[in-house]
Amino acid sequence: MKTETRSEQFQPPSLIGNILRKLHIDIPLFIGLVFTSLLSFIILYSAGSQELDILLRQGARVGLAFGLMTVLAHIDPYQFKRYSALLFNIGIFLLIAVLIMGQIGKGAQRWLDIGFFRFQPSEMIKITTPMMIAWYLAEHPLPPKSKQLFIASLLIVIPTLLIAKQPDLGTALLVASSGAGVLFFAGLSWRFILGIVAAISSLTPVIWHFMRGYQRDRVLTFLNPEADPLGRGYHIIQSKIAIGSGGIYGKGWLGSTQSELDFLPESSTDFIFAVFAEEFGLFGCVGLLILYLLIIGRCLYIASQAQDTYSRLLAGSLAFTFFVYVFVNIGMVIGILPVVGVPLPLISYGGTSIVTLLAGFGILMSIHTHKKFLPN
Amino acid sequence: MSRTYTIKDNLVENRLFLNRIAAAFITIIVLTSGLVIRLVYLQIVGHEHYATLAKDNSIKIEPLVPTRGIIYDRHGKILAENRPSYSLELIPEQISNLDDTLLRLQKILDIPDEKIEQYQKQRIRQKRFTSTPLLISMSDEEVAKFAVVRPYFPGVDIHARLVRHYPYYELASHVVGYVGRINETELKTLPIAEYRGSNHVGKIGIEGFYETELHGKAGYAEIETNVQARAINIINEVDPDPGANLYLTLDIDLQKTAYDALDTFNGAVVAIEIKTGGVLVFASRPGFDPNPFVVGITNNAYQALQSSDNQPLYNRALRGLYPPGSTIKPFIGLAGLEYNAISYQHRLFCPGYYQLPNVSHRYRDWKKGGHGGVNLNEAITQSCDVYFYTLASMLGIDRMHAFLQQFGFGEKSGIDLVGEKSGLLPSREWKRDQRNQSWYPGETLITGIGQGFLQVSPLQLARATATLANKGNVVTPFLVDKIVRMGSTSRGPETHDKTIPLKLGNVNNIIQGMVNVVHSARGTAKGINNDITYQIAGKTGTAQVFNIKQDAKYNENEIDFKLRDHALFISFAPADDPKIAVAVIVENGGHGGSVAAPIAGKVIKQFLGDQK
Repeated sequence: MKTETRSEQFQPPSLIGNILRKLHIDIPLFIGLVFTSLLSFIILYSAGSQELDILLRQGARVGLAFGLMTVLAHIDPYQFKRYSALLFNIGIFLLIAVLIMGQIGKGAQRWLDIGFFRFQPSEMIKITTPMMIAWYLAEHPLPPKSKQLFIASLLIVIPTLLIAKQPDLGTALLVASSGAGVLFFAGLSWRFILGIVAAISSLTPVIWHFMRGYQRDRVLTFLNPEADPLGRGYHIIQSKIAIGSGGIYGKGWLGSTQSELDFLPESSTDFIFAVFAEEFGLFGCVGLLILYLLIIGRCLYIASQAQDTYSRLLAGSLAFTFFVYVFVNIGMVIGILPVVGVPLPLISYGGTSIVTLLAGFGILMSIHTHKKFLPN
Repeated sequence: MSRTYTIKDNLVENRLFLNRIAAAFITIIVLTSGLVIRLVYLQIVGHEHYATLAKDNSIKIEPLVPTRGIIYDRHGKILAENRPSYSLELIPEQISNLDDTLLRLQKILDIPDEKIEQYQKQRIRQKRFTSTPLLISMSDEEVAKFAVVRPYFPGVDIHARLVRHYPYYELASHVVGYVGRINETELKTLPIAEYRGSNHVGKIGIEGFYETELHGKAGYAEIETNVQARAINIINEVDPDPGANLYLTLDIDLQKTAYDALDTFNGAVVAIEIKTGGVLVFASRPGFDPNPFVVGITNNAYQALQSSDNQPLYNRALRGLYPPGSTIKPFIGLAGLEYNAISYQHRLFCPGYYQLPNVSHRYRDWKKGGHGGVNLNEAITQSCDVYFYTLASMLGIDRMHAFLQQFGFGEKSGIDLVGEKSGLLPSREWKRDQRNQSWYPGETLITGIGQGFLQVSPLQLARATATLANKGNVVTPFLVDKIVRMGSTSRGPETHDKTIPLKLGNVNNIIQGMVNVVHSARGTAKGINNDITYQIAGKTGTAQVFNIKQDAKYNENEIDFKLRDHALFISFAPADDPKIAVAVIVENGGHGGSVAAPIAGKVIKQFLGDQK
């Protein structure tokens, strides 16, 4: 753990450093996030047909997200723990409200219109679910016993199903994995983990039965995209062409031909990695993955240094969920996972995911900068 | 399980947690490596394969342009057709140096700069990767020349396209119209899906009015291509719906007779089949050759057409407005009878002028010394102005306006062409609204002889004549008789029945007056009554020209000619069973009887001669 000791020493006595520390900002994590966001603007400019309008709108969202992160970083983690259950229950209530309104509206309903702004409860649930489970498990000795496991599983399944019913498979997946992350860090026995994996595989036909038509289509398309090149397999084939044609060094910034020609759908949102890979090649992709790993590594380090069980579990889960984001998005764009609507974190165009993500990082920073006692 | 006997062992928990962090980190590294391996597979191993696919994304959707409908005349003669022609087309995105390529092409094929400019303009408007024509209607020689050097011009190719052709050139240019390249404004209003692949759209005339019917519906083909963008397989094809063929009521031979008869004059001839309202002749002279508009008329040629004093682009039959002159008299006479302002035996004395009470101004007759005592019939035959001054004064402008309106003066006929003018039928209200002046009695008088504010188009005049011949059953003119689609035929525009309540005796009396115009010894158009077994009813007219073009160059002979009166003639035949109504306007023709009437005579004789 030598590297981590070094990063702990990384505290330049500069004015900015002092201000950031006063703001409870973790400098290495902050640098990683700013760097990724800047990269996002560079790619969005190219993928969004070089429209400044898109950058301005994304800039506003990123600004808001960083603001929220700073606010959350300032709050004592004890407060998060204290309000975990309340926030979780509010989230579930809003999800049900959205679902009922969706029934009335006849169609996919994810938004809640609160007069002056629209709000997506499923985004909030992404953070409140691991908070809730971490809070619950921290009350008991670890590793969790079967009764706690059962209740924790219930706490994961309820929001997951509510979101899957909206239907929003991507978010449901992220919520489930954030909850599962807490269980994993809480010391869920390996045998149990293997058992769950076996159970899920055997339950596949049941899950299949509950899937909606378009969700089934996505899975089928993932298994054999070439079967329907103009229809459902289009996204995957086109993004593979874009990535593959990028080669080792890429076609250079603004050099993407596939997104330019509209061959590549959703090039600014879920499939932005394809544009990135086409323009910056294998080198760029590996570089981006390293950048993500540095952020995740820092988050795991923060988790390891956390001083109470709740903080550890929550920090570990947030780090893990961030990786799930990266893995699922890139995995689907390069054609090794089915297409589910998960954006590339911090890079894809779109406001809600970046706000939630940076809120999570704000909590991580809060955990790291509000130490009650020094480690021995 | 209660918290009282569960003691948290922080040390154990801490170790467990750190182990899990390490396990998570290892898992993340392993999974990320999986991503990298996949990326290596795609970007290094599969690079060549995917680069090829990217270069020419292997599936293309090609629009299939529908064949434009053909336009026929009433006897099935082709007025507008599609001819196969070769065009030189470029896909700018496949050319590395466009300017250089154009320069080289220009040298080899002698392309004028103007065509290059035109191409550049059109290219910018096109979607990316669209083949845009540089030359249309290439000669065999040009095709051969390019074929030799083709390998040196990637992205440039010869395409066989159907190009619109108008075999009658200037003869029917105004009525048939033409297609031209789609311009920016049209691009915004036309349905994009239907016009993907189409370069042309109907601009004026029938081509413009029936654009939707003629164009048809576009189809498309999903084509698999190889690296050279050559089609190797058609995956799916949806055939286009060809445009409908249109059968006009127009008789192109009769049109030619009318057009030729106008000779060197500018003017218009409109003939209507009375029973149906179908337009037989719709001639405006001078015409213009519509074919250059299809390939893209050069700026110089267009300017020449635009600035010509004879205004060949101007559709006189539809948009030309003239004072009707004496051709209005039969209608005024009929109004007098219908309103019981006068009886047809009633004689008025014509001293050669007319004076309003207490006004010294004399309104002159065209015949110095006057016609003496004339009844209505004789007044029409001899075109006595004083009789109609008197009658107009008795009727008043309000009743004249109401009566003439029923015959379609002052309103659009509703013919299936765009840009029709409604002319002007003056009234008290009109003058108050438009000129802010009250109506003067003198204006009533000159309206009675078809001068003053009154303005009519040749089409309106023909329509009113046909309605008169039809004893008040209003005739609605139209041009398209049948619209023939694949497997279905529909009629042209709907005509609605409307009847002006007229007393048959009154109408017959007026018609008798018009017959005398042609057939009596004192008739103003007696020159055309030879060689016929039936009677023609007609009325001559002479309209004063009171304005010359402001910017016209001063040239004594020219001005003299331009100041000459317009000659008019309205007619229908046979008088006892009217089949055809003809209106003729000859600009600066002088006298209706000597110049305009013979033109109508030729049209009537040919039409009725063909009928037998």
